[in-house]
Amino acid sequence: MCLGIPGKVVRIWDDRGTPMADVDFGGASKDVCLAYLPDLAIGDYTIVHAGFALTRLDEESALASLEMFRELGMLEAELGIVLPEPAAASAASEEVGDEVPR
Amino acid sequence: MKYLDEFKDPVIAKRMIDDILATATQRWTLMEVCGGQTHSIIRNGVDTLLADAVEFIHGPGCPVCVTPLEMIDRSLEIAARPDVIFCSFGDMLRVPGTDKDLFSVKADGGDVRVVYSPLDAVNIASDHPDKQVVFFGVGFETTAPANAMAVVTARQRGLTNFSMLVSHVRVPPAIRTIMDSPVTRVQGFLAAGHVCTVMGTAEYGPLVEDYQVPIVVTGFEPLDLLEGIRQTVALLEAGTPALRNAYPRAVSPQGNPVAQKVLADVFEVCDRQWRGIGMIPASGWQLSPAWREFDASLRFDVDDIHTAEPEACHSGEVLQGLIKPFECPSFGTLCTPRTPLGATMVSAEGACAAYYEFRRLQVPTKVS
Ligand code: SF4
Repeated sequence: MCLGIPGKVVRIWDDRGTPMADVDFGGASKDVCLAYLPDLAIGDYTIVHAGFALTRLDEESALASLEMFRELGMLEAELGIVLPEPAAASAASEEVGDEVPR
Repeated sequence: MKYLDEFKDPVIAKRMIDDILATATQRWTLMEVCGGQTHSIIRNGVDTLLADAVEFIHGPGCPVCVTPLEMIDRSLEIAARPDVIFCSFGDMLRVPGTDKDLFSVKADGGDVRVVYSPLDAVNIASDHPDKQVVFFGVGFETTAPANAMAVVTARQRGLTNFSMLVSHVRVPPAIRTIMDSPVTRVQGFLAAGHVCTVMGTAEYGPLVEDYQVPIVVTGFEPLDLLEGIRQTVALLEAGTPALRNAYPRAVSPQGNPVAQKVLADVFEVCDRQWRGIGMIPASGWQLSPAWREFDASLRFDVDDIHTAEPEACHSGEVLQGLIKPFECPSFGTLCTPRTPLGATMVSAEGACAAYYEFRRLQVPTKVS
């Protein structure tokens, strides 16, 4: 829960007054709250913690971080999603934390 | 060299490693505070590559690991109630309480749901007005803004069936406690980059002053880690303890001011028990009086709890850097990620799990 995962803002919308965005994490997208970074725009990269955008990041850093988390097998556990890409079926995702039902 | 080939940019990595090895005139003892960094260090063999220059003591920066047993037991009591939908980050489900875990409460028919964001729990409360929806609000400064916004949103929507079991922890008081310990061997800290994206770096200057210890804000990727380590070792060799930011592309000195404002309103500082470590003064956040109506520990009467840790688990010593995970007699035998005895074996950020995944069959070259 504690890792900040970088992603790209692809859509911005409003949920009962709360600013929200679809953020793409290299193929899978999640609802992310923009309350703490209200001026984030479509196309921007941001580090997301527990569904909240907390800091801006440049594209190159964001993509490098995403790749590392993917390699560490930490992305799917953190986001609770299965990513489309074949890569990174590391020992991590086999051994730890993948049995939590969604 | 094993490991080095696996770096994204082995040439730069090699240069940084050589630089650190050449700078160090002795073996320095550093603590990486954050569990994500522990994972990255062990996975990439940074500790092995730098064994002559640095010994790593793995810090207590894994929220799953340090959430007090008493809070876990309390969560189990509340989650088992028929009128409750209990929502939690996924990593908490297999954290062992005294007798069971959230996973087994769910197997026994409790309505336990994994959410990615605390706002998901608020939405569940909106959708189920006939149920009490409780969110397990744990974590460091990184998850605190999300959890704070959950109660703000619940109030905005006028929800009376949402509450939060809060067990937040803060990094700077933990650093203080580690440095105050008479047995501490830590000579420098890699501060957790993402904690600082929220809080900024202002809290760390006084720690540098008071303890004359270098603190370098550091990221997670192998090269970021090496850069943080390089700066820390350079400060130690020069004998000039200072606060540095080796992760400026994500961390600004002021952090996220909007988040800090909400945190200061929703939470107030409190003393907090850390599992395996004990009470650390002023190291927690609890809901402030203005928000206490959302406090699940007040809404549900679960005070009669008797906790007991398994004797075979040495996670307290692991969390304080007194032993490495593989020095625990239960490591890899009685205790594995599938059958965890301690919380440090549950989470991917826990030191025991990191060693189990990447070092099970290896004894590191140097152990103090
Ligand atoms: S290996 Fe298991 S039993 Fe030993 S300290 Fe770690 S969590 Fe506890």
